[in-house]
Amino acid sequence: MKPTHFEILPLQSDEDLVQVRQKLRARMVELGFTLVEQTKMVTAASELGRNALLYGGGGTARLESVEDSNRLGLRMTIEDQGAGIADIEQAMTDGYTSGSGLGLGLGGSKRLVKDFELWSEPGLGTRVTIALWK
Amino acid sequence: MTANKINRLTEIFTRHEKIMLEDWLREQLTALSARQDLISEPDLCRQSAEFLALFTPACRSGSLTDINSPEWKPVLDFLASVSRSRAIQGFSPSETATFVFSLKQTLLAHLRKELGQDAVALADEMWTATVLLDKLGLYTTEVFQKSREEIIKRQQMEMLELSTPVVKLWEGILAVPLIGTLDSSRTQVVMENLLQSIVDTGSRIAIVDITGVPIVDTLIAQNLLKTVAAARLMGAQCIICGIRPQIAQTMVHLGVAFGDVVTKATLADALAYAFRQIDCTVIQQAPRV
Repeated sequence: MKPTHFEILPLQSDEDLVQVRQKLRARMVELGFTLVEQTKMVTAASELGRNALLYGGGGTARLESVEDSNRLGLRMTIEDQGAGIADIEQAMTDGYTSGSGLGLGLGGSKRLVKDFELWSEPGLGTRVTIALWK
Repeated sequence: MTANKINRLTEIFTRHEKIMLEDWLREQLTALSARQDLISEPDLCRQSAEFLALFTPACRSGSLTDINSPEWKPVLDFLASVSRSRAIQGFSPSETATFVFSLKQTLLAHLRKELGQDAVALADEMWTATVLLDKLGLYTTEVFQKSREEIIKRQQMEMLELSTPVVKLWEGILAVPLIGTLDSSRTQVVMENLLQSIVDTGSRIAIVDITGVPIVDTLIAQNLLKTVAAARLMGAQCIICGIRPQIAQTMVHLGVAFGDVVTKATLADALAYAFRQIDCTVIQQAPRV
Protein backbone atom coordinates (compact mmCIF):
# COMPACT_ATOMS: atom_id res chain seq x y z
CA MET A 1 0.00 0.00 0.00
CA LYS A 2 1.67 3.21 -1.07
CA PRO A 3 0.43 6.79 -0.87
CA THR A 4 0.23 8.57 -4.23
CA HIS A 5 -0.91 12.02 -3.23
CA PHE A 6 -1.25 13.70 0.10
CA GLU A 7 -2.30 16.93 1.74
CA ILE A 8 -2.19 18.10 5.35
CA LEU A 9 -5.04 20.31 6.51
CA PRO A 10 -5.23 22.28 9.76
CA LEU A 11 -7.97 21.49 12.28
CA GLN A 12 -8.20 24.41 14.66
CA SER A 13 -11.71 25.76 14.19
CA ASP A 14 -15.17 24.86 12.91
CA GLU A 15 -14.25 26.56 9.63
CA ASP A 16 -11.26 24.21 9.27
CA LEU A 17 -13.60 21.26 9.79
CA VAL A 18 -15.85 22.53 6.99
CA GLN A 19 -12.74 22.78 4.79
CA VAL A 20 -11.69 19.21 5.65
CA ARG A 21 -15.14 17.88 4.75
CA GLN A 22 -15.18 19.78 1.46
CA LYS A 23 -11.66 18.73 0.43
CA LEU A 24 -12.38 15.11 1.32
CA ARG A 25 -15.61 15.09 -0.66
CA ALA A 26 -13.92 16.71 -3.66
CA ARG A 27 -11.16 14.04 -3.65
CA MET A 28 -13.74 11.28 -3.39
CA VAL A 29 -15.73 12.64 -6.31
CA GLU A 30 -12.49 12.78 -8.30
CA LEU A 31 -11.72 9.15 -7.51
CA GLY A 32 -15.25 8.12 -8.43
CA PHE A 33 -16.61 6.93 -5.09
CA THR A 34 -20.38 6.51 -4.95
CA LEU A 35 -22.62 9.01 -3.20
CA VAL A 36 -23.20 6.61 -0.29
CA GLU A 37 -19.46 6.00 0.13
CA GLN A 38 -18.78 9.74 -0.01
CA THR A 39 -21.38 10.46 2.63
CA LYS A 40 -20.12 7.70 4.92
CA MET A 41 -16.49 8.75 4.74
CA VAL A 42 -17.26 12.47 5.10
CA THR A 43 -19.52 11.78 8.07
CA ALA A 44 -16.81 9.68 9.76
CA ALA A 45 -14.20 12.39 9.11
CA SER A 46 -16.58 15.00 10.50
CA GLU A 47 -17.08 12.95 13.68
CA LEU A 48 -13.38 12.33 14.23
CA GLY A 49 -12.41 15.86 13.28
CA ARG A 50 -14.87 17.27 15.77
CA ASN A 51 -13.48 14.96 18.46
CA ALA A 52 -10.00 16.29 17.74
CA LEU A 53 -11.35 19.85 18.01
CA LEU A 54 -13.45 19.37 21.14
CA TYR A 55 -11.40 16.91 23.15
CA GLY A 56 -7.94 17.18 21.60
CA GLY A 57 -7.73 20.97 21.40
CA GLY A 58 -7.28 20.90 17.62
CA GLY A 59 -4.84 19.09 15.39
CA THR A 60 -4.34 18.16 11.78
CA ALA A 61 -6.06 16.07 9.14
CA ARG A 62 -3.92 14.30 6.57
CA LEU A 63 -5.69 13.32 3.40
CA GLU A 64 -4.02 10.84 1.08
CA SER A 65 -4.85 8.75 -1.91
CA VAL A 66 -3.47 5.23 -1.54
CA GLU A 67 -2.96 2.40 -3.93
CA ASP A 68 -2.10 -1.24 -3.50
CA SER A 69 -1.73 -3.99 -6.06
CA ASN A 70 -5.27 -3.94 -7.35
CA ARG A 71 -7.28 -1.21 -5.74
CA LEU A 72 -7.46 2.53 -5.11
CA GLY A 73 -8.36 4.04 -1.81
CA LEU A 74 -8.56 7.18 0.20
CA ARG A 75 -7.12 7.47 3.66
CA MET A 76 -7.53 10.16 6.26
CA THR A 77 -5.48 10.49 9.41
CA ILE A 78 -6.77 12.80 12.10
CA GLU A 79 -4.32 13.60 14.81
CA ASP A 80 -4.27 15.76 17.92
CA GLN A 81 -1.87 16.37 20.79
CA GLY A 82 -4.58 16.52 23.43
CA ALA A 83 -5.23 14.56 26.59
CA GLY A 84 -5.60 11.23 24.79
CA ILE A 85 -8.01 8.44 25.65
CA ALA A 86 -7.43 6.48 28.86
CA ASP A 87 -9.81 3.61 28.17
CA ILE A 88 -10.16 2.98 24.45
CA GLU A 89 -12.64 0.14 24.85
CA GLN A 90 -14.94 2.33 26.90
CA ALA A 91 -14.58 5.21 24.44
CA MET A 92 -15.58 2.93 21.56
CA THR A 93 -18.75 1.85 23.39
CA ASP A 94 -21.93 3.34 21.96
CA GLY A 95 -23.51 5.83 24.29
CA TYR A 96 -20.39 6.60 26.31
CA THR A 97 -19.22 10.19 26.19
CA SER A 98 -16.86 12.23 28.33
CA GLY A 99 -18.48 15.39 26.99
CA SER A 100 -22.07 16.26 26.14
CA GLY A 101 -22.45 14.50 22.79
CA LEU A 102 -24.43 11.40 21.94
CA GLY A 103 -21.43 9.13 22.48
CA LEU A 104 -21.75 7.49 19.08
CA GLY A 105 -18.96 9.20 17.18
CA LEU A 106 -16.06 6.76 17.59
CA GLY A 107 -18.01 3.52 17.36
CA GLY A 108 -20.18 4.95 14.59
CA SER A 109 -17.18 6.06 12.55
CA LYS A 110 -15.70 2.59 12.77
CA ARG A 111 -18.91 1.12 11.38
CA LEU A 112 -18.96 3.67 8.53
CA VAL A 113 -15.57 2.87 7.00
CA LYS A 114 -13.67 -0.27 5.96
CA ASP A 115 -10.41 0.47 7.76
CA PHE A 116 -10.32 2.06 11.18
CA GLU A 117 -7.25 2.34 13.34
CA LEU A 118 -7.10 4.17 16.65
CA TRP A 119 -3.95 5.01 18.54
CA SER A 120 -4.01 7.01 21.73
CA GLU A 121 -1.70 7.58 24.64
CA PRO A 122 -2.90 9.50 27.70
CA GLY A 123 -1.11 12.83 27.78
CA LEU A 124 0.31 12.49 24.28
CA GLY A 125 -2.68 12.66 22.00
CA THR A 126 -4.86 10.63 19.69
CA ARG A 127 -4.49 9.51 16.11
CA VAL A 128 -7.23 7.92 14.08
CA THR A 129 -6.76 6.59 10.57
CA ILE A 130 -9.74 5.74 8.41
CA ALA A 131 -9.76 4.47 4.86
CA LEU A 132 -12.23 3.47 2.22
CA TRP A 133 -11.38 1.36 -0.82
CA LYS A 134 -12.89 1.26 -4.24
CA MET B 1 22.61 63.50 10.61
CA THR B 2 18.95 62.81 11.22
CA ALA B 3 18.00 66.41 10.58
CA ASN B 4 19.96 66.23 7.38
CA LYS B 5 18.07 63.15 6.22
CA ILE B 6 14.71 64.67 6.93
CA ASN B 7 15.72 67.71 4.95
CA ARG B 8 16.83 65.83 1.87
CA LEU B 9 13.74 63.66 1.49
CA THR B 10 11.40 66.47 2.38
CA GLU B 11 13.26 68.80 0.10
CA ILE B 12 12.88 66.52 -2.86
CA PHE B 13 9.20 66.05 -2.16
CA THR B 14 8.53 69.73 -1.68
CA ARG B 15 10.49 70.88 -4.67
CA HIS B 16 9.43 68.25 -7.14
CA GLU B 17 5.98 67.37 -5.91
CA LYS B 18 4.35 67.95 -9.28
CA ILE B 19 6.90 65.98 -11.34
CA MET B 20 6.99 63.20 -8.76
CA LEU B 21 3.24 62.92 -8.83
CA GLU B 22 3.31 62.58 -12.60
CA ASP B 23 6.09 59.99 -12.54
CA TRP B 24 4.40 58.07 -9.78
CA LEU B 25 1.08 58.04 -11.62
CA ARG B 26 2.80 56.67 -14.69
CA GLU B 27 4.34 53.87 -12.58
CA GLN B 28 0.97 53.01 -11.09
CA LEU B 29 -0.84 53.05 -14.40
CA THR B 30 1.70 50.62 -15.87
CA ALA B 31 1.48 48.35 -12.84
CA LEU B 32 -2.31 48.45 -12.78
CA SER B 33 -2.87 48.57 -16.53
CA ALA B 34 -5.10 45.52 -16.34
CA ARG B 35 -7.23 46.90 -13.52
CA GLN B 36 -8.59 50.03 -15.11
CA ASP B 37 -12.00 48.42 -14.83
CA LEU B 38 -11.72 48.78 -11.07
CA ILE B 39 -10.42 52.31 -10.68
CA SER B 40 -10.54 55.25 -13.09
CA GLU B 41 -7.52 57.39 -13.90
CA PRO B 42 -8.96 60.59 -12.35
CA ASP B 43 -9.70 58.68 -9.12
CA LEU B 44 -6.19 57.28 -9.01
CA CYS B 45 -4.80 60.74 -9.71
CA ARG B 46 -6.85 62.24 -6.88
CA GLN B 47 -5.80 59.48 -4.42
CA SER B 48 -2.14 59.89 -5.32
CA ALA B 49 -2.19 63.69 -5.02
CA GLU B 50 -3.96 63.43 -1.68
CA PHE B 51 -1.38 60.94 -0.45
CA LEU B 52 1.55 63.15 -1.42
CA ALA B 53 -0.13 66.16 0.19
CA LEU B 54 -0.22 64.24 3.47
CA PHE B 55 3.09 62.44 3.04
CA THR B 56 5.28 65.51 2.52
CA PRO B 57 4.28 67.34 5.75
CA ALA B 58 4.63 64.07 7.68
CA CYS B 59 8.17 63.68 6.32
CA ARG B 60 8.92 67.24 7.33
CA SER B 61 7.71 67.08 10.88
CA GLY B 62 7.77 63.41 11.79
CA SER B 63 10.43 60.80 12.23
CA LEU B 64 11.25 58.87 9.09
CA THR B 65 11.86 55.68 11.00
CA ASP B 66 8.81 55.55 13.24
CA ILE B 67 5.50 55.60 11.39
CA ASN B 68 3.64 55.10 14.66
CA SER B 69 4.39 58.64 15.79
CA PRO B 70 1.42 61.05 15.78
CA GLU B 71 2.77 63.00 12.76
CA TRP B 72 2.13 59.96 10.57
CA LYS B 73 -1.45 59.41 11.74
CA PRO B 74 -3.10 61.30 8.84
CA VAL B 75 -1.00 59.30 6.33
CA LEU B 76 -1.89 55.98 7.95
CA ASP B 77 -5.57 56.89 8.14
CA PHE B 78 -5.57 57.81 4.49
CA LEU B 79 -3.79 54.58 3.52
CA ALA B 80 -6.29 52.61 5.58
CA SER B 81 -9.19 54.18 3.70
CA VAL B 82 -7.51 53.45 0.35
CA SER B 83 -6.87 49.83 1.37
CA ARG B 84 -10.41 49.36 2.58
CA SER B 85 -11.94 50.77 -0.58
CA ARG B 86 -9.65 48.60 -2.72
CA ALA B 87 -10.56 45.50 -0.74
CA ILE B 88 -14.21 46.21 -1.48
CA GLN B 89 -13.51 46.98 -5.15
CA GLY B 90 -11.88 43.58 -5.57
CA PHE B 91 -8.18 44.43 -5.87
CA SER B 92 -5.67 41.75 -4.88
CA PRO B 93 -3.42 42.43 -1.85
CA SER B 94 -0.36 42.97 -4.04
CA GLU B 95 -2.23 45.37 -6.30
CA THR B 96 -3.21 47.30 -3.19
CA ALA B 97 0.33 47.40 -1.85
CA THR B 98 1.54 48.57 -5.26
CA PHE B 99 -0.01 51.94 -4.46
CA VAL B 100 2.78 52.63 -1.99
CA PHE B 101 5.54 50.43 -3.39
CA SER B 102 5.33 52.06 -6.83
CA LEU B 103 6.38 55.35 -5.25
CA LYS B 104 9.73 53.75 -4.48
CA GLN B 105 11.01 53.77 -8.02
CA THR B 106 10.01 57.40 -8.55
CA LEU B 107 11.59 58.45 -5.30
CA LEU B 108 14.81 56.54 -5.91
CA ALA B 109 15.14 58.03 -9.38
CA HIS B 110 14.87 61.52 -7.94
CA LEU B 111 17.31 60.75 -5.15
CA ARG B 112 19.83 59.54 -7.68
CA LYS B 113 19.43 62.72 -9.69
CA GLU B 114 19.96 64.86 -6.58
CA LEU B 115 22.77 62.94 -4.91
CA GLY B 116 24.33 61.22 -7.91
CA GLN B 117 27.90 62.08 -6.96
CA ASP B 118 27.70 61.44 -3.25
CA ALA B 119 27.56 57.64 -3.03
CA VAL B 120 27.48 57.46 0.77
CA ALA B 121 24.66 59.97 1.12
CA LEU B 122 22.78 58.28 -1.71
CA ALA B 123 23.02 54.88 -0.05
CA ASP B 124 21.87 56.36 3.27
CA GLU B 125 18.91 58.16 1.75
CA MET B 126 17.89 55.17 -0.31
CA TRP B 127 17.93 52.96 2.75
CA THR B 128 15.79 55.41 4.75
CA ALA B 129 13.33 55.82 1.90
CA THR B 130 13.09 52.07 1.28
CA VAL B 131 12.48 51.23 4.93
CA LEU B 132 9.86 53.97 5.24
CA LEU B 133 7.95 52.95 2.11
CA ASP B 134 8.17 49.26 3.03
CA LYS B 135 6.55 50.02 6.37
CA LEU B 136 3.77 52.00 4.75
CA GLY B 137 3.27 49.33 2.09
CA LEU B 138 3.04 46.57 4.66
CA TYR B 139 0.56 48.66 6.59
CA THR B 140 -1.73 48.81 3.55
CA THR B 141 -1.52 45.02 3.22
CA GLU B 142 -2.39 44.59 6.87
CA VAL B 143 -5.42 46.84 6.61
CA PHE B 144 -6.39 45.13 3.37
CA GLN B 145 -6.29 41.73 5.07
CA LYS B 146 -8.40 42.99 7.95
CA SER B 147 -10.95 44.53 5.60
CA ARG B 148 -11.22 41.25 3.71
CA GLU B 149 -11.82 39.38 6.95
CA GLU B 150 -14.53 41.87 7.88
CA ILE B 151 -16.19 41.37 4.50
CA ILE B 152 -16.12 37.59 4.95
CA LYS B 153 -17.52 37.85 8.48
CA ARG B 154 -20.32 40.07 7.26
CA GLN B 155 -21.13 37.62 4.48
CA GLN B 156 -21.17 34.77 6.97
CA MET B 157 -23.63 36.71 9.10
CA GLU B 158 -25.77 37.34 6.03
CA MET B 159 -25.66 33.62 5.19
CA LEU B 160 -26.75 32.87 8.71
CA GLU B 161 -29.84 34.98 8.24
CA LEU B 162 -30.49 33.94 4.68
CA SER B 163 -30.29 30.23 5.02
CA THR B 164 -32.75 29.78 7.83
CA PRO B 165 -36.13 31.16 6.80
CA VAL B 166 -39.28 29.81 8.38
CA VAL B 167 -42.14 29.64 5.89
CA LYS B 168 -45.83 29.14 6.47
CA LEU B 169 -47.19 26.32 4.30
CA TRP B 170 -50.75 26.31 5.56
CA GLU B 171 -52.75 27.60 8.46
CA GLY B 172 -51.08 25.87 11.41
CA ILE B 173 -48.23 24.33 9.39
CA LEU B 174 -44.71 25.81 9.27
CA ALA B 175 -41.69 24.62 7.27
CA VAL B 176 -37.97 25.22 7.78
CA PRO B 177 -35.87 24.30 4.74
CA LEU B 178 -32.37 23.76 6.11
CA ILE B 179 -29.40 24.25 3.82
CA GLY B 180 -25.76 23.56 4.58
CA THR B 181 -24.16 22.28 7.73
CA LEU B 182 -25.89 22.74 11.04
CA ASP B 183 -22.97 23.85 13.13
CA SER B 184 -23.76 25.23 16.52
CA SER B 185 -24.24 28.92 15.69
CA ARG B 186 -26.59 28.14 12.80
CA THR B 187 -28.64 25.74 14.92
CA GLN B 188 -29.16 28.45 17.47
CA VAL B 189 -30.58 30.75 14.79
CA VAL B 190 -32.79 28.00 13.37
CA MET B 191 -34.14 27.17 16.79
CA GLU B 192 -34.88 30.78 17.69
CA ASN B 193 -36.54 31.51 14.35
CA LEU B 194 -38.65 28.39 14.52
CA LEU B 195 -39.81 28.86 18.10
CA GLN B 196 -40.67 32.50 17.49
CA SER B 197 -42.64 31.62 14.38
CA ILE B 198 -44.55 28.94 16.27
CA VAL B 199 -45.63 31.57 18.79
CA ASP B 200 -46.39 34.18 16.12
CA THR B 201 -48.50 31.92 13.93
CA GLY B 202 -49.89 29.60 16.57
CA SER B 203 -48.84 26.66 14.46
CA ARG B 204 -49.24 23.07 15.64
CA ILE B 205 -46.93 21.46 13.13
CA ALA B 206 -43.41 22.34 12.03
CA ILE B 207 -41.78 20.53 9.12
CA VAL B 208 -37.97 20.53 9.17
CA ASP B 209 -36.66 19.76 5.70
CA ILE B 210 -33.03 18.58 5.57
CA THR B 211 -32.78 17.96 1.81
CA GLY B 212 -30.08 20.63 1.65
CA VAL B 213 -27.98 19.24 4.50
CA PRO B 214 -25.01 17.32 3.02
CA ILE B 215 -24.26 15.10 6.03
CA VAL B 216 -25.88 14.26 9.34
CA ASP B 217 -23.28 13.36 11.91
CA THR B 218 -23.91 12.88 15.62
CA LEU B 219 -23.63 16.58 16.52
CA ILE B 220 -25.99 17.63 13.73
CA ALA B 221 -28.47 14.90 14.72
CA GLN B 222 -28.25 16.02 18.32
CA ASN B 223 -28.85 19.64 17.32
CA LEU B 224 -31.89 18.63 15.26
CA LEU B 225 -33.28 16.63 18.16
CA LYS B 226 -32.84 19.58 20.51
CA THR B 227 -34.77 21.81 18.11
CA VAL B 228 -37.54 19.21 17.90
CA ALA B 229 -37.67 18.86 21.69
CA ALA B 230 -37.91 22.62 22.19
CA ALA B 231 -40.74 22.89 19.65
CA ARG B 232 -42.51 20.03 21.37
CA LEU B 233 -42.32 21.83 24.70
CA MET B 234 -44.17 24.70 23.05
CA GLY B 235 -46.91 22.37 21.89
CA ALA B 236 -45.85 21.94 18.28
CA GLN B 237 -45.13 18.64 16.61
CA CYS B 238 -42.06 18.42 14.38
CA ILE B 239 -41.70 16.32 11.27
CA ILE B 240 -38.23 15.80 9.82
CA CYS B 241 -38.22 15.23 6.06
CA GLY B 242 -35.87 15.24 3.11
CA ILE B 243 -33.77 12.36 4.38
CA ARG B 244 -31.96 11.17 1.27
CA PRO B 245 -30.91 7.52 0.79
CA GLN B 246 -27.21 8.11 1.47
CA ILE B 247 -28.02 10.06 4.65
CA ALA B 248 -30.36 7.32 5.84
CA GLN B 249 -27.72 4.62 5.29
CA THR B 250 -25.05 6.66 7.02
CA MET B 251 -27.27 7.37 10.00
CA VAL B 252 -28.02 3.66 10.41
CA HIS B 253 -24.30 2.79 10.48
CA LEU B 254 -23.52 5.68 12.75
CA GLY B 255 -26.21 4.48 15.13
CA VAL B 256 -28.10 7.74 15.45
CA ALA B 257 -31.86 7.70 15.32
CA PHE B 258 -34.48 10.39 15.47
CA GLY B 259 -36.35 8.39 18.11
CA ASP B 260 -40.08 8.96 18.14
CA VAL B 261 -39.87 11.94 15.79
CA VAL B 262 -41.94 11.45 12.63
CA THR B 263 -39.66 11.32 9.59
CA LYS B 264 -40.60 11.34 5.92
CA ALA B 265 -38.62 10.97 2.71
CA THR B 266 -39.93 14.08 0.99
CA LEU B 267 -41.53 17.40 1.83
CA ALA B 268 -44.65 16.27 -0.04
CA ASP B 269 -45.00 13.21 2.22
CA ALA B 270 -44.51 15.41 5.26
CA LEU B 271 -47.16 17.87 4.10
CA ALA B 272 -49.65 15.05 3.42
CA TYR B 273 -49.01 13.73 6.94
CA ALA B 274 -49.39 17.21 8.41
CA PHE B 275 -52.75 17.67 6.64
CA ARG B 276 -54.00 14.44 8.19
CA GLN B 277 -52.85 15.62 11.60
CA ILE B 278 -54.89 18.83 11.43
CA ASP B 279 -57.84 17.02 9.84
CA CYS B 280 -57.51 18.77 6.55
CA THR B 281 -58.36 16.94 3.35
CA VAL B 282 -57.05 17.80 -0.07
CA ILE B 283 -59.43 16.73 -2.81
CA GLN B 284 -58.45 16.20 -6.40
CA GLN B 285 -61.29 17.67 -8.46
CA ALA B 286 -62.72 15.68 -11.31
CA PRO B 287 -61.20 16.87 -14.59
CA ARG B 288 -63.40 19.43 -16.33
CA VAL B 289 -64.78 18.20 -19.61
